[in-house]
Amino acid sequence: MILSNSGFLSLLLGLIFSFAVFLCAVLNIKKNLLNLEKKIYKFLTLQFFFVVIGFFILLYSFIISDFGNETVYNNSHSTKPLFYKITGLWGNHEGSLLLWLLVLTSFIVFFFHSSKDEPKNFRLYTVIFHQIIVIGFFIFVLKTSNPFDTLFPKPQEGLGLNPILQDPALAIHPPILYVGYVGTSIIFASALAAMVTGYVNNVWAKNLKRWVLISWVFLTGGILLGSIWAYYELGWGGFWFWDPVENISLMPWLSLTALLHCILTLEKRDLLKNWSIILSIVTFMLSVTGTFLVRSGILNSVHTFANDPSRGIYILIFLFVLIFISFVIFLIFENKNLENKKEIFFLSKETSVLINNWFMIYFLSVVLIGTVYPIFLDVITSEKISVGPPFYNKLLIPFLVPFFLFMSVGPSMSWIKTNLKFKVSYIYYFLLTSAATIITIYFLTQKDFLLIVLIFSLVFLSIKTLSNFLKNNTNHAQNLSHLGFAMLMLSILFNSVSSTEIIKNIKVGESFTSKNEKITFEEVKTNEKKNYSSIIGTFEIQNDDNRIIKLYPEIRVYNQPVIATSEAAIKTTLFKDRFITINLIKDEQLFNVRYQNKPFMIWIWISTLIIIFGGTFAIFSKKKNYS
Amino acid sequence: MRFLVKKKITLSFLILVFFVFCFLVFNKALIKDKTYSPEFKNEKKSYLPDFSLPELYLSDEIQLSEVVKNKEFSLVNIWASWCLPCREENDLLRSLSSLSYLQVIGINYKDRKKNSIQFLNDYGNPFKYNLVDKDGTVSINLGAYGVPETFLVNKNRKILIKIIGPINNNHVKQIKEIING
Repeated sequence: MILSNSGFLSLLLGLIFSFAVFLCAVLNIKKNLLNLEKKIYKFLTLQFFFVVIGFFILLYSFIISDFGNETVYNNSHSTKPLFYKITGLWGNHEGSLLLWLLVLTSFIVFFFHSSKDEPKNFRLYTVIFHQIIVIGFFIFVLKTSNPFDTLFPKPQEGLGLNPILQDPALAIHPPILYVGYVGTSIIFASALAAMVTGYVNNVWAKNLKRWVLISWVFLTGGILLGSIWAYYELGWGGFWFWDPVENISLMPWLSLTALLHCILTLEKRDLLKNWSIILSIVTFMLSVTGTFLVRSGILNSVHTFANDPSRGIYILIFLFVLIFISFVIFLIFENKNLENKKEIFFLSKETSVLINNWFMIYFLSVVLIGTVYPIFLDVITSEKISVGPPFYNKLLIPFLVPFFLFMSVGPSMSWIKTNLKFKVSYIYYFLLTSAATIITIYFLTQKDFLLIVLIFSLVFLSIKTLSNFLKNNTNHAQNLSHLGFAMLMLSILFNSVSSTEIIKNIKVGESFTSKNEKITFEEVKTNEKKNYSSIIGTFEIQNDDNRIIKLYPEIRVYNQPVIATSEAAIKTTLFKDRFITINLIKDEQLFNVRYQNKPFMIWIWISTLIIIFGGTFAIFSKKKNYS
Repeated sequence: MRFLVKKKITLSFLILVFFVFCFLVFNKALIKDKTYSPEFKNEKKSYLPDFSLPELYLSDEIQLSEVVKNKEFSLVNIWASWCLPCREENDLLRSLSSLSYLQVIGINYKDRKKNSIQFLNDYGNPFKYNLVDKDGTVSINLGAYGVPETFLVNKNRKILIKIIGPINNNHVKQIKEIING
C-alpha cells in the first residue's frame, strides 16, 4: 500500500517537474538567462529521477510479489522464477508504459547534456516539443493506466504472467524496441525545433545522425528479437506473419531507414531538407500510431493485452494533437528553411537516395494500407476482412527487383555527379552474377521467372556490395549493413521457397517419412517444474546416410494461469533447421505431429545481426569523413 | 505568389480534412464492440435461432421452437458440469423453475453424460428439458461467450434478457419483473 502510493506520488512529482521544465524553457527563449538553463538541466534530471524511483518501486513490488498492487496481481505469481517476475513488469500495459516513460525521460536528459554546442534556441525548442510528448505520456500513465493501483483486501496470490510471454527473447524484446521507438521522439522534437529556428542544415543533420542511428539499431534489434520469439515460441515455424503488430514495428523502421539516407545527404550536400523533416515527423507519428494500435485493442492480435477504449481514445487524441502541431509548424516555417536550389544531376548519389526514398515510401504505404484498411472497412461497411501474406507478397515482391538493382549501384555513385565510363569490370560482374544465379537455380526445385529475376538481382547486390569492401574510401558501416540486407533477403527467399512441412497424427512407436528422412516417435515422458508441468516427446530423425538426430518437443501446461503451450524442438544446423511440434488430440492416444524443414533459418538471424552491426559501427565511426 | 499561397491553403485544408476523417474512423473503431457474435449481425438479432438437440435423459431430438411454445416464458441456460459458476447459480435457477409462467431449459455445453447427470443429482435439477450440445457448435451459434450464459425468451424465441456469466439476485428480480408484466 505504502509502496504503491509512494510510486504514484513519485510519478506525480515527475509530472510537476515536467511542467517546470516546460515553463523554464518557454521563458528562456525570450530572455537569455544562464541560470535558467542550469535549472532546466536540473529539472530534467529530477523528472528522470522520479520516473526511475517509480520504476524501481514497481520493480520491487514485482520482485517481492506485492499483490496489493493491481498490476502485480494481474501479471505475476509467487511461483514465477525471479527473471520472469522482473520481466513481468513490462509484459503488461501499465508497466510497459512506465518503461516507455523511463526511456523517454532519460533520452531528453541525454540530449540536453550532449547538445551543448548547438544553438541555444534550438535546444530549448527541442526540449519544449519533447516535453509536450513527456507530459502527454505522464498524464496518460497517471490517468488511464496507473501502474500503482491498489487492491484491498490484498489477494493471497496473483493471476500470473501469460506463459507465451515467459521467454528470454521476449523478455528483452520490449525494452529494446522501446529504445528504438522512443529515440524517434528526440528526432521528432529536434526536427520541429530545427524548423522553428531555421536550423535545418548540415550541422543539424550531422548531430541528428547519431540519434537516427541509435533508434534504427535498436528498432532493428527489437524487430529481430520479436521474430526470434515468434519462431521459437508460437510454434508455427514462421518468423514473420504480417500480423498488424509486426507491421507497425516495420513501418517506423522503413521511414527511419529512408530518413537515415536523407540525413546523410543533408549532411554532405545540404539537400533534401523537406524530406528529412517530413520523415522525422512521420517516423515518430508511426511509432505513436503503433502504440495506439497495440494498446487500444483496436486490432485483434496476439499482442493486444489491454482492451480499454478510454485508453485508446486518449492516445488517439494525443496522436492527432501531435500531428496537428507538426502540420501547423511545417506550414508556418516551411519558407524559413527553403531548399537551396541546387541542381541534382541524374547520375549521382543524391538521385539514388531519392530513389531509395520513393521505394521506402511505397513499401511503407503498402504496409500501412494493409494494416489500417481492415479497420476502415469495418467501420464504414461493417465487413470484416484480414489482410494476409498474399496481399503483401503481390504488392511488394515485384518491386523488390528494381529496388535491389538500384541498391547495388547506388552506393558506388559519387556525390554531385558520376562520370559514367565503361569498365571491363562491369562485364565481370555480369558474368559472375549470371553464373552464380544459374548455379543457385539448379539447386532449387521451384523455378519461375520472378524467382530467377529476384535471385539474379540479389546475387548482383551481394557481389557488388562485397566488391565495395575492397575499395578504399568507402563507408564500411554502410557496406556491412547492405551486405547484411542482401543476405537477409536471400535467406528469406530460399527459406520460403524450399521449406517443407508434414503434419501427421501418430501414436507412440509409429513413424513416418518426409522426403529422405524417417521420423520415429519413440516415447513420451512427463516432467514437473515449478511453474508448469510438461509432456515431452522423443523423436528420432534418421536420414539417408544414417545420421541420427534426436528432438524433444514439449507440451507445457502452466499452472498460473492454466494455459497449455506447445514448445517447438528445433535442431539448428548451418543450412537448415529441423522443427518439430506436438499437440494433444483430445481423448485419444494420438498426437498431432508437425515436422518442418526450414533451410537457412539461422542465416536470417545472422544477417539481421550483420545489419545491426553495420549500424552500430556507424555510430562509433562518426569521426571519419567518407566521400 | 498569391496563387501559391492560395494553393497552399487549399492543400493544407484538404490534408486537415483527411486527418479529421482518419480521426473519426479510428474513434468509431475504438468504440465499436469488437466481440464476434454471429446472431447479432442481422435483423433477427433479437430472436434466439432455432435448433434441435438430443435430450439428456430421453436421448430424443428436441426442437427448441416446439418446447418454447409450451410456456409463456423460457429461460435458456447454457451450463456444464465442469463449470464452477454454474454450481453457484443452480439454486437461483431452481427457485426460478418453480414459477408458473416460466420453464428453464438447459443446454449442456461440451460435457460428458455421466458427469452432467452426476451434477444434476448432486446439486438439483432446475431444467425441464436438458439439450446436449456435445461439441458446443449450437451454443456458439447462439452467440454465447462462455458458460454459464442465460437467455430469457418469450413464446416466439424473442430474447428479452441476455445474461453473461452466472445469474445473481438482481437478475432474478429483473426476470420476475418481466414475467409479472
